[in-house]
Amino acid sequence: VCMTNCPTLIVMVGLPARGKTYISKKLTRYLNWIGVPTKEFNVGQYRRDLVKKYKSFEFFLPDNEEGLKIRKQCALAALNDVRQYLSEENGHVAVFDATNTTRERRETIYKFGEENGYKTFFVESVCVDPEVIAANIVQVKLGSPDYVDCSNDEATEDFMKRIECYKNSYETLDETLDKDLSYIKIMDVGRSYLVNRVMDHIQSRIVYYLMNIHVTPRSIYLCRHGESELNLKGRIGGDPGLSVRGKEFAKSLAQFINEQNIKDLKVWTSQMKRTIQTAEALGVPYEQWKVLNEIDAGVCEEMTYEEIQENYPLEFALRDQDKYRYRYPKGESYEDLVQRLEPVIMELERQENVLVICHQAVMRCLLAYFLDKPAEQLPYLKCPLHTVLKLTPVAYGKCNYVYL
Amino acid sequence: AWASYMTNSPTLIVMIGLPARGKTYMSKKLTRYLNWIGVPTKVFNLGVYRREAVKSYKSYDFFRHDNKEAMEIRKRCALVALEDVKSYLLEECGQIAVRSSARKSVLHQGGSKLPGVFFVESVCDDPEVIAANILEVKVSSPDYPERHRENVMDDFLKRIECYKVTYQPLDPDADDKDLSFIKVINVGQRFLVNRVQDYIQSKIVYYLMNIHVQPRTIYLCRHGESEYNLVGRIGGDSGLSARGKQFSQALKKFIEEQEIVDLKVWTSQLKRTIQTAESLGVLYEQWKILNEIDAGVCEEMTYAEIEAKYPDEFAMRDQEKYLYRYPGGESYQDLVQRLEPVIMELERQGNVLVISHQAVMRCLLAYFLDKSADELPYLRCPLHTILKLTPVAYGCKVETITLNVEAVNTHRDKPSLNSHGLPGRQSPVRMRRNSFTPRAGADTVKRPRHHSLGSKPLHLPGPLPSLE
Repeated sequence: VCMTNCPTLIVMVGLPARGKTYISKKLTRYLNWIGVPTKEFNVGQYRRDLVKKYKSFEFFLPDNEEGLKIRKQCALAALNDVRQYLSEENGHVAVFDATNTTRERRETIYKFGEENGYKTFFVESVCVDPEVIAANIVQVKLGSPDYVDCSNDEATEDFMKRIECYKNSYETLDETLDKDLSYIKIMDVGRSYLVNRVMDHIQSRIVYYLMNIHVTPRSIYLCRHGESELNLKGRIGGDPGLSVRGKEFAKSLAQFINEQNIKDLKVWTSQMKRTIQTAEALGVPYEQWKVLNEIDAGVCEEMTYEEIQENYPLEFALRDQDKYRYRYPKGESYEDLVQRLEPVIMELERQENVLVICHQAVMRCLLAYFLDKPAEQLPYLKCPLHTVLKLTPVAYGKCNYVYL
Repeated sequence: AWASYMTNSPTLIVMIGLPARGKTYMSKKLTRYLNWIGVPTKVFNLGVYRREAVKSYKSYDFFRHDNKEAMEIRKRCALVALEDVKSYLLEECGQIAVRSSARKSVLHQGGSKLPGVFFVESVCDDPEVIAANILEVKVSSPDYPERHRENVMDDFLKRIECYKVTYQPLDPDADDKDLSFIKVINVGQRFLVNRVQDYIQSKIVYYLMNIHVQPRTIYLCRHGESEYNLVGRIGGDSGLSARGKQFSQALKKFIEEQEIVDLKVWTSQLKRTIQTAESLGVLYEQWKILNEIDAGVCEEMTYAEIEAKYPDEFAMRDQEKYLYRYPGGESYQDLVQRLEPVIMELERQGNVLVISHQAVMRCLLAYFLDKSADELPYLRCPLHTILKLTPVAYGCKVETITLNVEAVNTHRDKPSLNSHGLPGRQSPVRMRRNSFTPRAGADTVKRPRHHSLGSKPLHLPGPLPSLE
C-alpha cells in the first residue's frame, strides 16, 4: 500500500472521438506547468509506429486476431514505457491514453499499477451527442496520419465504422461493479460528472481541473501594460505610471479591442498602476488581481541591470544560470510566480473571452502554460511591450497565437 | 479582488436528503467557509422554524405524511423561511442562502430577481454512518431534551421512515437533468455533479469534495518568541530568542506526549517558524503562503515608531483593522485570500500542526471558530500557546494549552473610539487601497518583501502547488 508519494497512473477510458487525447494532452500540460512531471502515452501512436500504414477500420474488428495481437503488444509496450518513466525517470504522473473500454483491460492495467506501486485513477469520457462526435472527427481525425490518403468523406465513414468495432464490448465504469476504483466519469463534455473515491491531493486537483475546463470556442488576449516611466529608464519593478508612449498604446489597445468586437470580454489587470492605467483607457469594467502583480525583485527592485551587476555581481550571475528557479534576495523566482498564478490559470479555463493586461515575467508564465513551454524556456519567452498575443485553442488543446 | 467578480447575482443553495444525512453539518460548514472567504452567506434551517412554531416536540408522529395538521404547520414554516430567504438575498445583500429541506420542493416564486439555485443532496445507505450521525447530533437536539438515548434513536429512525415514503432523490438522467446540483454519496465516497453554472458553484463543489468527517485534530501555534518580538518590532525575519528556543523544546515534548498518529507539520518560509519546527525532529513542510502579514513600509518598526512616523496610518488601522492595508503591504483581507489553499488542504488532511504567525493564526482560527471579519484581527493568539481544535458535532472544540514558557505579549486590543482625535469620518478605510490612489503621503515605493534568504522549500512530496 503506497502513501502520498507514489506516482499516479491516469488511465483514460472511452470510445474513440470522445476527447480522451484532448483531455490527456491538456491535463499533462497543466500538471507539468504547476511542476508535476507528467507524460502522456498514446497507444494509438505506438500502433502507428508499429503498423506503418493504416489500411482500414477492419484492423479494429473484434475478431481480427492479427489486429488484436498487435494492439495488445502496443498497449504493453506503452505500459513498459510508463513503468520506465515513473519508476526510473522520476516522473510523477503518467497518462495512459487508450480506449480501455473493457473491464478486463482495465483490470490488467490496475494490476500493473499495483505491482509497481502506482495509484491508479481512471478518467472516462462518455458522450452520446452525435453532433459533438462529428465535430471531434472533423477537428482531429480527418487530419490524422491514418487518413492522409483519404478524402474527408472516406475518412469519416471509416472512422464511424471504427467506433462501431468498440461499441459491442464497451463496459462503462459502473457505480456498483467499479465501486472500489478511483475515477471521474465526464458526461457530455462536462455537463455532469461522477466522481468516485478520490484518494489524495493530486487526484483532487486533477478532478478540480477537469471540472473547470470547457471546449466552448473563445480567445484569450495577453499583453503587457503600456511602456512605463521606469521602462524608459531601464529600471525593473517598482510601481511607476505610464510614459507618453505607454498612454498611446493604451489608446491603441482600446481601439483594437473595439474593432475586434469581442463578445462579453472580461478584462483583468494587476494591482499595479501601469496595468490599471492601461485598462482605464479601455473604458470598460476590469478586475484587478493582486496575483497578477509583476515578479518581486526584492533587493533589486527599481535598479537597472547594470546597477544589479555592479552591486550584486554574484546574484546577477546566479540568475543567468538558472533563471527559472533563481529567487531574488527578499523577492521571488519564476517558480514562485507560477505557483501564485495557478488560480489565474484555473479561472482562465473557466472563462471565455478574456484580456489579461499584465507584466513581462507574469505574461511569460501564462504563455508557457498555453503554449506548453518547459521551465527552461519560460523565462526567455518573448513578450515585448505594445504587443498583444491572441490565443485561440485549436485541436489538441494547443493554441494558435497571433502577434497584433 | 477575486471575490468581487464571483456572483453578482445571489445564489440559493438547497440542501436535500433524508434526516441524519449530514445536511445541517454540510450547511453550517459550507456557510462558515463561504463567509470566511468573503461571500455573505446565511443558513435557513427549517427545523429551527418548525421548533419555533411547535413549541414542544412530542414524537415522530408529527412527521407522518398523513398527519394533515402537521403538514400544514410544516408548509407554513417553509413559506416563512422562504420569505426570510428572499429578504436576506434581496434586501440584506446576502450572496448565498442555504436551506435545509428534506423534500425537493423547488422554490419558484414569482419575481424577476430569482437567485441561481444549486442543490446539494446527501445520500447515504450505510446504517452505521446514519446511527453515528444520530448519536452525535440528534441526541442532544432541542427536540429530545431529556430522552433516554435508545428512545431518541428509536424515535428518530421512525422519523426517517416517515420521510422515506415521499423522498425523491435527484435524478440526473430524467426529471432533474437541467438542475444544477451535487449529490454527495456515502459521506464523500462518491459525487455526482450536474451542470455547474458559475464560479461560486464550482468553488462550492470543490469544497464539498474536499471535506471529510474522519476524526482528527488540528494544532495551531505561533513560532517561538523571536528576537524582534523581544524588542517589539513587527514583521521581519528574525530568529528565535532564548525563550523561543525553550518553547520549541517544550513543543517537542508536548507533541510526543500527545502521541498523535501521522502528524503533519507545516511552517511558513520565515526563519522563526522553521527554527521552531526544526526542534521537533520530524519532517515538516514549508508553505510560503503561511508567511506573516506583510507590513509594507512598516516592516521591522515598533508600534511606537509607526505611530510617530505614520500617525494617520496608525489611526486608520485601528479603525478598520480587517480591511486596512499597510502601504506596500497587505491587509487581513488579503491574508484570508492567500490562506484559502491552506484551509482547503487542512480540510483534506488528518492530524496537522501548523506553526505560523499572529495574523496568520488569527485568520485560520477565525475560519475554524466561525469568527466574523470584525472579530478576526483581535482574536487572542499569544506566543507559546497551542490551540488544539477538534471537530465535534456542528463545530469545533478548542483547547488552549500554554506551555509555561514566558514570552512577551504581542496582542493589541481594539482601542476605544476617537482615541486618536481624528476628525469624524464616515467610513475612513472602506476603500480598497491600491497603488493607484495612495493614501499615505507620497509613498508608492514597494518595500522589498522579506523572505528567509536562501531557504528553498523542502522538496517533500505532498500538497501541491506550494511545494513544487
